[in-house]
Amino acid sequence: MEKVVFQKSNMLTDAPLHFCPGCSHGIANRLIAECMEELNIDKKNIVGIAPVGCAVFNYNYFDVDMIEAAHGRAPAVATGLKRVLGNDKFVFVYQGDGDLASIGAAEIIHAAARCENISVVFINNGIYGMTGGQMAPTSLLGQKSTTSQKGRDIGRNGYPVKMSEMLAQLDGATYIERVSTHDAANVRKAKQAIKTAFKCQLENKGFSMIEVLSACPTNWGLTPVKAMEHIKNDVIPYYPLGVFADRRNEK
Amino acid sequence: MSKKKLMKGNEAIAEAAIRGGCRYFFGYPITPQNEIPEYMSARLPEVGGCFIQSESEVSAINMVYGAASAGARAMTSSSSPGISLKQEGISYIATAELPCVVINMVRGGPGLGTIFCAQGDYFQATKGGGHGDYHMLVYTPSTIQEAVDLVYEAFDKADQYRVITYILGDATIGQMMEPVLLPEFKDLDKLPKKEWATTGRTDTERHIVNTLEMNPDKLEGMIKHMYHTYDELKKNETRYEEYLCDDAEIILCAYGTVSRIARTAVNKLRAEGMKVGLFRPITVYPFPEEAIGKLSEHNCLKKFLVTELSEGQMIEDVKLAVNGRKPVEFFGRNGGNVMTSEDLMSVVKGEK
Ligand SMILES: Cc1ncc(C[n+]2csc(CCOP(=O)(O)OP(=O)(O)O)c2C)c(N)n1
Repeated sequence: MEKVVFQKSNMLTDAPLHFCPGCSHGIANRLIAECMEELNIDKKNIVGIAPVGCAVFNYNYFDVDMIEAAHGRAPAVATGLKRVLGNDKFVFVYQGDGDLASIGAAEIIHAAARCENISVVFINNGIYGMTGGQMAPTSLLGQKSTTSQKGRDIGRNGYPVKMSEMLAQLDGATYIERVSTHDAANVRKAKQAIKTAFKCQLENKGFSMIEVLSACPTNWGLTPVKAMEHIKNDVIPYYPLGVFADRRNEK
Repeated sequence: MSKKKLMKGNEAIAEAAIRGGCRYFFGYPITPQNEIPEYMSARLPEVGGCFIQSESEVSAINMVYGAASAGARAMTSSSSPGISLKQEGISYIATAELPCVVINMVRGGPGLGTIFCAQGDYFQATKGGGHGDYHMLVYTPSTIQEAVDLVYEAFDKADQYRVITYILGDATIGQMMEPVLLPEFKDLDKLPKKEWATTGRTDTERHIVNTLEMNPDKLEGMIKHMYHTYDELKKNETRYEEYLCDDAEIILCAYGTVSRIARTAVNKLRAEGMKVGLFRPITVYPFPEEAIGKLSEHNCLKKFLVTELSEGQMIEDVKLAVNGRKPVEFFGRNGGNVMTSEDLMSVVKGEK
């Protein structure tokens, strides 16, 4: 007897993903899809928002209504959308670190402050993937990129931005957690975190964001395996995993 | 029977928008349009709508993008520096062919400029402003009643053509009080359904709001489709007023607040026996080029005199329409200064 032990979530289309080998975007897409499916959210009640960045084509991958937002503006687009659709519909936002922590810093802060009832999945890969590996606001000190060729330097570039810690300060932020994708155990934890965030919205408790530490082997110049080791050894020490805000009982 | 009410321009416009179906408003404070968001913040909740004071104009226009994607009648308003910040979003909305309304109560510029009346945003409103090939349906009200009537219709036009309807007002239109007759509330349940809206997929169809297209032929097709719409606008929606133009030897050309000053000048000059008329575009995109072209063929006409609160922007469209058939002269004030009818009379008489 054959038994199906794994299959693609029905929340995803059949479009082939364009992500590089070893990139965490594909993992994040799958986790989002599985969480929506396992929470039994009706496909007809979901609208997703894709960012500008490597995830720009996400509107091709999720088998639901999708909006492609301008660079960094997804939380504002989600605000307008959700205010119209109301709490009967589920709105998820997907953003990279250049998108969320740099050009869209204002939008994410104020969406959190307003406690918009949306769920944000924040892919922190410490680099601008789509444009070819420039320094991101989240790039580590010493990290080499095409615009910090000798490594990120405090004097020249300042310090990396810790968005989860920052946003957790806001009373409007209901649930904020940082997770990682560097091994199977952490991917499972990441899935639980995303599910918690989605439930937060389904229970009308307001703004949630899950920061997903992610690999970009192509622009880090590492093999996929080495990239995962880099997350474990170098990224997590600067960006510790854990829950930074949990105000679900107050909302 | 409804009666005329004395209202400030900004408030009358806000009420007219609500009566025209606006239920979502996103904006950021800037003078001289503050009464619009203020009025909306109090009034929209009364009619089951939603007001958000956004963190910036960039966010406001993107909230409009989201609300319009969901099929709602959404609007934002601002004044010149804030409108500059909205240009990115305006380009996206125009390309995604989302209907919405944007109001600009123009102030003096460039830079931070001044809060007083000016017309320096004409190019931005009619020639693009944001990046890429796109246009908006641009109205230029000259009285508060006209502003009310145009805003009331603005959402219908936006929905019909899937374009941005843009009100190119000015500080005077926003701040002045005039008696207005407010129209009845539109019945939102009777509006055509927006099948394309991202309100959740159907069994067979996904809705996608997107402006990215990496296939050159497809993107070219998208842009051609937008320009087909603009041709329709040109055909069906071009609006203007001709005042005493038939026998005129000189035709003043002005829009918005300035057109009222020009009308006074025309009346006074006519009283002195001079054959002067006024051409007033009501839409500046599409520009009434055919009507001006026809006027330029009048044998009695000696010249056009374009007058604006800028160093000369609309004059370029007038010149294109006149196409060399008659001289086109210019008189402008700037920096928040406004010409008087006497100024215009002296210019017409060649004294200035
Ligand atoms: C206004 C604007 N500025 C710049 C760009 C170019 N751009 C496209 S993607 C991107 C960076 C994306 O990086 P990130 O958000 O970290 O996502 P990743 O590609 O790494 O997933 C930039 C700068 C743009 N599209 N729009």
